[in-house]
Amino acid sequence: MALLKTIKAIGKYFYDIYDGVTSLARGMKVTGSYFVKPSTIVTQKYPENRATLKMFDNFKGELMLIHDENNKHSCNVCNTCARRCPNGSIEIIYKKVEGADGRTKKILDKYVYHLETCSFCGLCVPSCDEFALKFDQEFEHAVFDRGKLTKVLNKPGSSSKAMKE
Amino acid sequence: MEETLLDFDLRDKEEYIINMGPQHPSTHGVLRFEVCLQGEQIKYLRPHCGYIHRGIEKMSEALTYPQLVHLTDRMDYLSAHINNEAVALCVENAMGVEVSDRVKYIRTIFAELTRIASHQLWWCAFGMDLGALTTFFYGLRDREHILDIFEETTGSRLTQSFITPGGLMADVHPNFQKRIKEFITYFRKKLPEYDQLLTGNIIFRERTKGIGIMSKEVAIDYGVTGPSGRGSGFSCDIRKIAPYSAYPFVKFNEITLPEGDTYSRYVVRIKEMWESLNILEQLVDNIPQGPTMLELKAVKAPKGEYYQRVETARGELGVYIVSDGGPSPARIHYRTPNFSNLFVINKLAKGHKIADLVAISGSLDLVIPDIDR
Amino acid sequence: MYDFTPFIESITSYLNENLTPFWAGLISMVLLGVGILLFYAVLGLYLVYAERKICARMQNRMGPNRVGPGGIFQTIADLIKLLLKELIYIRNADSLLFNIAPFIVIVASIMAIGAIPFAKGLQAVDLNIGVLYILAISSMGVIGILIAGWASNSKYSVIGAMRSGAQVISYELSVGLALLGIITFAGSMQFSEIIASQQDGWWIFKGHIPATIAFVIFLIAGTAETNRGPFDLAEAESELTAGFHTEYSGIKFAFFFLAEYMNMFIIAAIATTLFLGGWLPFHLFQWGAFNTVMDFIPPVFWFFGKAAFVIYLMMWFKWTFPRLRIDQLLALEWKYLLPINLMNLILIAFLTLMKWHF
Repeated sequence: MALLKTIKAIGKYFYDIYDGVTSLARGMKVTGSYFVKPSTIVTQKYPENRATLKMFDNFKGELMLIHDENNKHSCNVCNTCARRCPNGSIEIIYKKVEGADGRTKKILDKYVYHLETCSFCGLCVPSCDEFALKFDQEFEHAVFDRGKLTKVLNKPGSSSKAMKE
Repeated sequence: MEETLLDFDLRDKEEYIINMGPQHPSTHGVLRFEVCLQGEQIKYLRPHCGYIHRGIEKMSEALTYPQLVHLTDRMDYLSAHINNEAVALCVENAMGVEVSDRVKYIRTIFAELTRIASHQLWWCAFGMDLGALTTFFYGLRDREHILDIFEETTGSRLTQSFITPGGLMADVHPNFQKRIKEFITYFRKKLPEYDQLLTGNIIFRERTKGIGIMSKEVAIDYGVTGPSGRGSGFSCDIRKIAPYSAYPFVKFNEITLPEGDTYSRYVVRIKEMWESLNILEQLVDNIPQGPTMLELKAVKAPKGEYYQRVETARGELGVYIVSDGGPSPARIHYRTPNFSNLFVINKLAKGHKIADLVAISGSLDLVIPDIDR
Repeated sequence: MYDFTPFIESITSYLNENLTPFWAGLISMVLLGVGILLFYAVLGLYLVYAERKICARMQNRMGPNRVGPGGIFQTIADLIKLLLKELIYIRNADSLLFNIAPFIVIVASIMAIGAIPFAKGLQAVDLNIGVLYILAISSMGVIGILIAGWASNSKYSVIGAMRSGAQVISYELSVGLALLGIITFAGSMQFSEIIASQQDGWWIFKGHIPATIAFVIFLIAGTAETNRGPFDLAEAESELTAGFHTEYSGIKFAFFFLAEYMNMFIIAAIATTLFLGGWLPFHLFQWGAFNTVMDFIPPVFWFFGKAAFVIYLMMWFKWTFPRLRIDQLLALEWKYLLPINLMNLILIAFLTLMKWHF
């Protein structure tokens, strides 16, 4: 009985060695097979592939105010997006002008977007009834000065579509 | 827990205290373990959390329900979709509305993709904790495919904020189903590689088997849920116990293993990835048509208290909302899985070596921002 | 065909003719020292580069590709960075020991290089106890590691250093016993004679299975002795942040780093010399044409090619396996490697006695 036990123990000793070595070999097969196949490399050379690098259409880059070819946006200063924003990243500065019909009207002066506090939750874009906003494909947000992250989204000289000349 | 620092005369017992963290490669964030060691043996261990406390619960009180969803992304950032879903479900329950089947299906698909992505990241980080550095890149490589699916539809890779009370922020991308099917076939091929590289490895088995044994009683006492609890035979899958979203429509197995050691917690997660692939396969072709957003006048929960629990990749996430009828909660509380999972670690690591502590904390799959919120 | 002996001798005789014996000896020593240091630095840097490229390929990455074509100057840039970095002095550290430790580690590995035969005649000293010398010298490195861990006044460092001490002392046995097998076959400890005994076939082929077992054990134990691969418990990044060199910065850290790679090279060089025929070309039976072609390849290439193969194996181990725990590490040595090794040695002695090897 004791002999049988000893034989079993010795057998187990060598089986352990065999089992261990084969399990290690299986692991080495995986890494080794990737080593000999350079086609499996998944990383890319980033600044070089900038031209071909395309983000997905829905990618949430920076917020932008859509301008058409006549340099017109469709913001009517309703302030919904600023109120929807959980972080207060949107500030709308407007001025009052007298319209053609004699009533004072708010027009957009500066659409200030604080990229530094934006958490890209995306609540502003669907909140706009005029579809004036969207996210662009920009993903290189790094700047040297924090002040540069505060952006004015309406382009200089642009005007609202709602305003009649 | 029982002993405090002052109870020890360290010189007499030849013990010393070592701080693992808040900046340590294996705590995966700003968690600090105060470890009392004798040689390499752990005498006791105290986790200190709070280094990344951001006051999400308090902040949420100042935000409306749709707005506070984006903060839940930042709790357990690896289960962002599931966290969003928990809040959305809780608010929907409070308002007494039900979303369309299409929304339910898409939410569940996203939840399962999130679960796989989270387990992939856990797998690669776990391998790295044990010193197998190559696993890290294989896990991340496969995770990229899921993140691409996320990005195509939601626009973000990690903190999507896609699910909102009442439905979804947008409809899914036309490529959505195609990409998921591609991913399923791709990952079915890659998953056996995980086993070859790590699961079967003799060194790995020796490092994890019999280490950090958590009995079912301990798991229940400490409220350890998720794969960590199921590795101890504690059947705690909310998807089975209290099915939500599209889980009543799918067939899947709850994976439990009785051993309760580090290895069984590992195997549970690997098997959950297979199971999640099965769930995805059942759902992806059957997404019904319907609106993706309910027409809600205002998202306001009536006065009262509401609780909703979901199964994140790490365990049970509970959302507790006290509402005074306004557009934002009077008090919101998250019962996060990692908080409960963390504090069992003293029980598990005691008497093991410091290298085992790394394996155990890796097998509990802690996400530190979820602990502190 | 490619014999460096006349070349070396011509230099020595030229020096001796023109200078007094004292100056001749001094200058030849300085030449030798500069040569070895240059070789050490360049090879060390390129081993780091090779490791980074190899592990990158195994991990589906590209690896370094910014500095120079294919990133070949990356490690040189890293070295310049490390040279320029501030040396941080640790308060309450034992400053003498703290500063001396990296030098002990690096000196130990430089001294070991002196005895390695790169080609016929291309060897600093051909000691009659070459193998013993290398074993003795290369195990000096652990003293530096122990000192580094102790002097840093850091708990992580001490744990790392103590692990390293336990590990190296244990594995030294297996390394020694594995080499003893080949010494028994060859009947000499002198590298030139060991290589000469492999003229008609390398020991790994001639020595049947026992030699193969000894080779495998030597690889495992050698990897462990250099604190690498699955046996990098002294550094144990995920447990001890960086183990014994946690507190080191700048060029002192670079010394530890270089020494690790050079120790790997030394292990590979010993394996090459004892098991794989050193700088001897690969000969296949009596195929005259094939063997002549092989002879045309210079012995330096043969040596470095074989060493590169062994180094690649060690890197392959490192980038595939998880790290062992300290008690498992010691169990592996004392419960598996050492008994197998002893039995193997007896077998080898028997084979040698009966002259059953080829």
